[in-house]
Amino acid sequence: MKKFERLQGLVAPLDRANVDTDLIIPKQFLKSIKRTGFGPNLFDELRYLDEGYPGQDASQRPLNPEFVLNRPRYQGAEVLLARRNFGCGSSREHAPWALDDFGFRAVIAPSFADIFYNNSFKNGILLIPLAEETVERLFQETEANEGYRLDIDLAKQRVITSSGEEIPFDVDPFRKHCLLEGLDDIGLTLEQGGAIAEFESRHRAAQPWLFRDV
Amino acid sequence: MAGQTLYDKLWTQHLVTSRDDGSALIYIDRHLLHEVTSPQAFEGLRLAGRKPWRRDANLATPDHNVPTTLKERSAGNAGILDDVSRIQVETLDSNCESFDIEEFRINDERQGIVHVVGPEQGATLPGMTVVCGDSHTATHGAFAALSHGIGTSEVEHVLATQCLIAQKMKNMQVRVEGELGLGVTAKDIVLAVIGRIGTAGGTGYAIEFAGSAIRDLSMEGRMTICNMAIEAGARVGLVAVDDNTIEYLRGRPYAPSDAQWPAAVEAWRELVSDADAPFDKVVELDAADIEPQVTWGTSPEMVVNVSANVPDPAAAEDETVGRGMTRALEYMGLEAGQKITDITLDKIFIGSCTNSRIEDLREAAKVARGRKVADGIQLAMVVPGSGLVKRLAEAEGLDKIFIEAGFEWREPGCSMCLAMNADKLGAGERCASTSNRNFEGRQGYGGRTHLVSPAMAAAAAIEGHFVDVRDYDYAPSDALSA
Ligand code: SF4
Repeated sequence: MKKFERLQGLVAPLDRANVDTDLIIPKQFLKSIKRTGFGPNLFDELRYLDEGYPGQDASQRPLNPEFVLNRPRYQGAEVLLARRNFGCGSSREHAPWALDDFGFRAVIAPSFADIFYNNSFKNGILLIPLAEETVERLFQETEANEGYRLDIDLAKQRVITSSGEEIPFDVDPFRKHCLLEGLDDIGLTLEQGGAIAEFESRHRAAQPWLFRDV
Repeated sequence: MAGQTLYDKLWTQHLVTSRDDGSALIYIDRHLLHEVTSPQAFEGLRLAGRKPWRRDANLATPDHNVPTTLKERSAGNAGILDDVSRIQVETLDSNCESFDIEEFRINDERQGIVHVVGPEQGATLPGMTVVCGDSHTATHGAFAALSHGIGTSEVEHVLATQCLIAQKMKNMQVRVEGELGLGVTAKDIVLAVIGRIGTAGGTGYAIEFAGSAIRDLSMEGRMTICNMAIEAGARVGLVAVDDNTIEYLRGRPYAPSDAQWPAAVEAWRELVSDADAPFDKVVELDAADIEPQVTWGTSPEMVVNVSANVPDPAAAEDETVGRGMTRALEYMGLEAGQKITDITLDKIFIGSCTNSRIEDLREAAKVARGRKVADGIQLAMVVPGSGLVKRLAEAEGLDKIFIEAGFEWREPGCSMCLAMNADKLGAGERCASTSNRNFEGRQGYGGRTHLVSPAMAAAAAIEGHFVDVRDYDYAPSDALSA
């Protein structure tokens, strides 16, 4: 997994609550059997004026000039600023794959949906929940200042604004550790293979019907 | 010591190790797979040279991409006309073959929507942990199994380690007491709950649905409710074990053998919350107050009683909500203040892992029997949840009732719930759907979805617009056999 230590990134604001995973990456793109290449279809229905389908040449499609990520000042953004309950809906990991492929490394919002939260961390994307008022203020600052950047320091759990203000954020210690070190959690879990096997044999003895051969 | 909730018990029974930082390793008893969220996980295993930890814990079936028309379906995988979709299904077949995982293939009669298949086979049992790369895995919680959706990295993790890294959730109880009115169903309960607590109201919680109205539901009804827990933000929905649970499972193919049955039942009886178990949050609803529900917007929380009008964004609690409502009305092509019963429909979809089980089809058939789909409806389709549901429905003559009324009777799959196959809405088309999500574009680019119960969808098909199924000449439950 990609490491995340510190990022000074351009911020793009997506002013909309309850952004669901169907909106982040529409289902027609889930037919892919690969993990990469979803970036051109991130927010497909908002970004383009036509209907998207797999295998298109995205550079030939009509862009929606109203959509925030199409505005020149947000090109190259790495931090997405969003509203509450970001990532609700399906379990598709294609959502963080698309954000990652597009170039986002962090998302700041008042709250995130649970499955999306897990999926993002597993793909090296840092999700930062901040108070609603703080997010509102960051929206105003981003919109008021072209080229607005935020400095995100994961080790210290701080978002640092250009004026030097430090905003602390919460992140669960295990996820933080994995992100800082870029650890693969399957490898970590397999280190506990002995404990798993032991649990399994106790579990099997207690409830043998759970192990009926399928 | 305070008592334990059902969720606490299930969690404790599956805890392999816990870390100081609050994360834990939990053991997974059943892993269900489908074609959309598994290919990258198998690829990951292969690249790392890993094997499934316990192959017999896994069960797979293709559901999202399969065609539902008989002509295409009879050709098997070759009948999937979209190349990308076909490759995805073929990839599932070949992965299951090479990793020796049991799969019900496209034309196996046991194939169906993964959340219909698991319980139907008895592959979902009380006291299990059940995961699947699909957020509607919460469905299986109706059996007091700790079940939730996972992402593809977690699918790979479960395949490789039989475990998941998890964090304990908080406990919420949603208590529904009293009796539902005639024509009001499990779907209306869960939509009313989502309307009350919102799409993020359950985030971070495992919700246990309790109360006399839940106890009175069949297993099918309980599955409908747990299915949509995720639409309230909760990954987990649960219902305690009772006689209904046990009777439903008796004799299912993967249920405990006769020799194991008494011990299993004894263990299952413990799978209830203790009377003094503390919940972090309790939400109470009176069943008698619940009306048939209809969503008007692009989020399941945008829901009202069928007797109500489309709400006004000007009356929203705050600006962000108001803007969301305005955008939703625009997308849906509706006006604030419009009566719900004045909304006319183009298409009707009865199906999905929320409402495609035998009881759902019976409810819809009761309304459709002896009536005709309105002229304005271009397509009304019924898609059974599995091949076995289809066979049972046909044995009961439901297919004939639907076909005579002008519905199409299809082959099992996810179909127009998310429109990954050929079944979809065109731009601007309006659909009464028994599925679980009304997000923008969910049923097709520019398509407009209203979520309702099977009875409400069938009544809307007959009238061409929404009607209150309670005012409708709604047949009592035994009418079909009369
Ligand atoms: S029926 Fe719909 S919600 Fe259920 S698994 Fe299929 S696509 Fe997902």
